[in-house]
Amino acid sequence: MSNERAARESIEAVWRIESARLIGGLVRLLGDVGAAEDLAQEALLVALEAWPRDGIPQNPGAWLMATAKNRAVDQIRRGRMLERKHGDLGRELDEERSAMATRIEASADDAVGDDLLRLILIACHPVLSTEARVALTLRLLGGLTTDEIARAFLVPEPTIAQRIVRAKRTLREARAPFEVPRGADLQARLSSVLEVIYLVYNEGYSATAGDDWMRPELCDEALRLGRILAELLPGEPEVHGLVALMEIQASRARARLGPSGAPILLLDQDRSRWDRLLIRRGLQALARAETLGRPLGPYAIQAAIAACHARAQTPAETDWPRIVALYDALVELTGSPVVELNRAVAVAMAFGPAAGLEMVDELADHPALERYHLLPSVRGDLLSKLGRGAEARREFERAAFLARNARERELLLERARTVERASPSATGDSDPR
Amino acid sequence: MRVMVIVKASQESEAGQMPKHEELAAMGNYNEQLVKAGIMLAGEGLHPTVRGKRVRFSGKERTVIDGPFAETKELIAGFWLWQVKSMEEAVEWLKRAPFDGGAEVELRPVFDADDFGEALTPELREQEERLRAEGERRLKQG
Repeated sequence: MSNERAARESIEAVWRIESARLIGGLVRLLGDVGAAEDLAQEALLVALEAWPRDGIPQNPGAWLMATAKNRAVDQIRRGRMLERKHGDLGRELDEERSAMATRIEASADDAVGDDLLRLILIACHPVLSTEARVALTLRLLGGLTTDEIARAFLVPEPTIAQRIVRAKRTLREARAPFEVPRGADLQARLSSVLEVIYLVYNEGYSATAGDDWMRPELCDEALRLGRILAELLPGEPEVHGLVALMEIQASRARARLGPSGAPILLLDQDRSRWDRLLIRRGLQALARAETLGRPLGPYAIQAAIAACHARAQTPAETDWPRIVALYDALVELTGSPVVELNRAVAVAMAFGPAAGLEMVDELADHPALERYHLLPSVRGDLLSKLGRGAEARREFERAAFLARNARERELLLERARTVERASPSATGDSDPR
Repeated sequence: MRVMVIVKASQESEAGQMPKHEELAAMGNYNEQLVKAGIMLAGEGLHPTVRGKRVRFSGKERTVIDGPFAETKELIAGFWLWQVKSMEEAVEWLKRAPFDGGAEVELRPVFDADDFGEALTPELREQEERLRAEGERRLKQG
């Protein structure tokens, strides 16, 4: 590796470590995300020139901050000089700027935690679209380049660049306040942050083998953001709940895809391939959420369900009655018919396929599930367990018809073909109930 | 990627001397930074080798050797497991650690099962993972 390249990679690494704190500190001083990021980028450019020549300073974070602050003060002073030349600008503005320059020069680089939290909350501000929140969060908190974000989300780079520019403008125009809110306001803002982190995670998790490396990288990035947030807001059970959920799901990454890249269902996975370190971390995060003594939110409950699977050495050891109880709580919280369908599956595992089928049939008329392929798929599965093969086949065919994913459709058609062979006795199934 | 940070033993650590109060505080501070940055997966300190054992393998023979062991600088006193994006990131983090006095700390990328490539057949891989899971289970029970 050439020296120049080595220096560049070191600087990139420093940038990854320092950029969020740097931008967060500058936002506190300037009150504008766009200006803060521009200054941070300028400081990076100065570093890229100076560090390969002089070496990386002992405290690179402080160096970058000092450089960015100097630039800010320069720009403000230059602005004042220009205005003085033009002569017709109010004294008030002039004083305001002078005060700002002094404040920036004198500011201490403390309150790092608050800076980071403030930055996360701004990046995930509700005035922004979800897509914009995701892009801005990865850019400001993850230190990812627009190119990296674009590759991760399989969209052209200019799209992401534009999304970020627009997001910064929206924040400026909305005059979004930068203080960290308290109480109920914080809860509302926090749920937006958690949503963004989980979305980033799922974008990476749903990627299949052989994809660009950036996509699995998104899982690592989401986990890192979650872990950071858990330290910034240690008293919030849902943050630990989300971290627990991501850690436990990530523990199965090695086991969830077959050699050809086809997904392997949870109960069919080789559990010896689950990552025990991540499971342990997930269970610890869940315990942290539980010990806070507040009712568990949707992320913590989903994590608790994932934990039931993680604790079971074999599928047969799974505590299905507990999973049913957790789904009961989750249905209560979310009212989601998809969650109800999942509960029906758990009920079938805990109390037999007939009990599960009864619940599925109650959901059959739900408008939200009308075209949802997993409903007939689950129904087909339960029917086949009850020996009603011909009915099961029809359900699998319907599921295949509704499925959007080619690989999934193939699996369902395969099941439709094999289910009748498996139970040739069940021919007299005139009653669809 | 995961990186193991290997802290080598010193005469003090091998003599079982506990770190001074300030050293402990500085290390606690550093650990906190690692946790807050979301990169720390695990970390442990090890007792001196006087409490360690080695097993030597030769054919079917197994010889148990009691510690302490010589070659102090090659011994391990503790480790961290970090989740980072690159070796460079790990280096930049390690530079911030409060070590001194000529201490050398080693960074090693952790093997991914995929790194073995063809050499690790599915059967071998399965066996390896199973053993690992079994070991973890024993640890938890013990």
